[in-house]
Amino acid sequence: MSETQVTTQETQYQEINDLLSKSKHYKEGFVTTTAVETFEKGINEAVVRAISAKKNEPEWMLEFRLKAFNHWKNMEEPHWAKAEYTPLDYQDYSYYSAPECGSCAGSCETDQEQVIDPEVAKAFAALGVPIDDSDANVAVDAIFDSISVSTTKREELAKLGIIFCSFSEAVQDYPELVQKYIGTVVPYHDNYFAALNSAVASDGTFVYVPEGVRCPIDLSTYFRINEAKTGQFERTILIAEKGSYVSYLEGCSAPVRDTYQLHAAVVEVIVHEDAEVKYSTVQNWYPGDEDCEGGILNFVTKRGICEGKNSKLSWTQAETGSAITWKYPSCVLKGDNSIGEFYSVALTNRRQQADTGTKMIHLGRNTRSTIISKGLSAGKSDNTYRGLVKIAPTAEGARNFTQCDSMLIGDQCGAHTFPYIEVENATAQVEHEATTSRIGEDQLFYCQQRGISEQDAISMIVNGFCKEVFSELPLEFAQEAEELLAISLEGSVG
Amino acid sequence: MLLKVENLQAQIDEKQILKGLNIEVNPGEVHAIMGPNGSGKSTFASVLAGREDYEVTEGSVEFDGEDLLEMDPEERARKGLFLAFQYPVEIPGVSNKLFMQTAVNAVREEKGLPALDMFDFDEYAREKIELLDMRADLLERSVNVGFSGGEKKRNDIFQMALLEPKLCILDETDSGLDIDALRVVANGVNALRSEERSFIVVTHYQRLLDYIKPDHVHVLYNGKIIKSGGFELANELEQNGYDDIIQQYQGE
Repeated sequence: MSETQVTTQETQYQEINDLLSKSKHYKEGFVTTTAVETFEKGINEAVVRAISAKKNEPEWMLEFRLKAFNHWKNMEEPHWAKAEYTPLDYQDYSYYSAPECGSCAGSCETDQEQVIDPEVAKAFAALGVPIDDSDANVAVDAIFDSISVSTTKREELAKLGIIFCSFSEAVQDYPELVQKYIGTVVPYHDNYFAALNSAVASDGTFVYVPEGVRCPIDLSTYFRINEAKTGQFERTILIAEKGSYVSYLEGCSAPVRDTYQLHAAVVEVIVHEDAEVKYSTVQNWYPGDEDCEGGILNFVTKRGICEGKNSKLSWTQAETGSAITWKYPSCVLKGDNSIGEFYSVALTNRRQQADTGTKMIHLGRNTRSTIISKGLSAGKSDNTYRGLVKIAPTAEGARNFTQCDSMLIGDQCGAHTFPYIEVENATAQVEHEATTSRIGEDQLFYCQQRGISEQDAISMIVNGFCKEVFSELPLEFAQEAEELLAISLEGSVG
Repeated sequence: MLLKVENLQAQIDEKQILKGLNIEVNPGEVHAIMGPNGSGKSTFASVLAGREDYEVTEGSVEFDGEDLLEMDPEERARKGLFLAFQYPVEIPGVSNKLFMQTAVNAVREEKGLPALDMFDFDEYAREKIELLDMRADLLERSVNVGFSGGEKKRNDIFQMALLEPKLCILDETDSGLDIDALRVVANGVNALRSEERSFIVVTHYQRLLDYIKPDHVHVLYNGKIIKSGGFELANELEQNGYDDIIQQYQGE
């Protein structure tokens, strides 16, 4: 390539980057002002006990928390991901924050009729999350900082035997189920952030679909971090009994803040024989300012086990937010013929850093997994795919197909791929394909020469790149994801 | 007059390529621009289309009564200037249909016409496919992805038919085409000829011109047009090469 071309390309990319960064507006960045009860900053055994007491938890739950806390104290914060951040000061965060319910001074916790703080209700309305039992064709669990404020459509679901409630309620109302499954897929000692979560778990969602039931509507959780300097540590458990089916979606956002906020969630999914779970995420946590100061640190452990024969678990994620994302939704394929899928779009812009991917652990015979990962890097961001495909000696006839595509938008961003493949059974077939491309000046000019504006051209090219993944998202979510990408790529031309 | 280029001078990275180019194109005329490698043929096509790599340092270009050089590339396209690329670009994941529907509607908006919905567009596109005798699956495929060289050029001609431009510039569309593909491209161009539509065919060889039969032939050398004539000039070039004309020009 001649020097001339290089120079021209640089100016072109500069322009594209300007386009991208200019008016990225984060419309979910508003702050809700309401009376809140927030714990003093800091973490110690007393705090863990206080959280448990606040939630009126049974002894076994407190024990689980304390075990995890004691383990966590001796662990070291991991820094192996391809993302740079200064070690966090865990004493500078508050580990519990909840809107106060002035009218009944907390006694309503046991009431069936929940009273929702009007300011909180307003916040969810502004976010487009239906928290009343409207005609929306989706059941919603709305989580505000540390607690769940509303769960809709519960009665309708209860008729089918489906349990859809907050994690805290499940601990009270279905202790035997929670106790049976908590920590079975992600043990408290699994990793640093999982241990922290196990110690100070705030709220999350609990889903149980009984044998043979096909959940007729999508179940969804919306996570909102509002308070500054607060960590959100949700714990979600999803159980699909034999022959059942459920599609679960989660969305998230947070106000614009100037210090990092911590989000360390744990999700455990258990899929029994012949059951199928689709788990979709559209992640739009606040990414921070131009330098990604103040954004969300999204350190999440998501893992599911295909426990029974012919079971299927499918993770789909569209990641556009957060300053740093550290997340590997994984499948343990234990049942024979079970299927694991991972479809991901991760967009990073400005100085965002994403290190995300999946783990497919093949244990059962004829287990199959598919990984389709699309990474988009713009600005000065770094986007990393990190994935493990492990075929155990027992996994006779296992198959995996992996495709990792990266697209670079500009010349100051990075795309990295770290595939780890461990095969211990000679009958396995593992395929890995990877491509890296650039939105080229040539592509843009070609579109423009046909009358298409630069802006439309970028979003057309990007959506085309992501198509295989978006087609896996539930319809409304797919649209939201496309819009999110469009906003993240928005600029002002002319 | 549709296009009036006066004393056009352009450079890329401070290297002067066009050194005072003049040409006038009336509606309905077909002009061929020929010349040896490096004479500035593709630069001229790119400058007309508005490629930003090139800097116009001198001269003016009037297109349909307006200052072309003031417009963005997409504005030029919407006002009826079309460039068939020497190397049409691939856009994975974007269907030709969506791509061209977006483009056609951008042009229609400029003309004050209502947008075509999926069904209207589909009907419109099928008419054009028939007109050009192309394959029906063209619409469903991703823009130029997995297309052979000939298919890419045909796709460009198809896009030209859809956009119904006033001025079509073909930038060495014939390069790398076998004789059959060349004929398809030429037939496409001929099918689109009309009294309102003008063509500038940039080419290295006479081959394509045998099928298209231009009204005017210009020889471009060292950034300037050094000789103009009718179709017979193309024949002369084919027989004697560029050397005679160049020597004549340098002798003057």
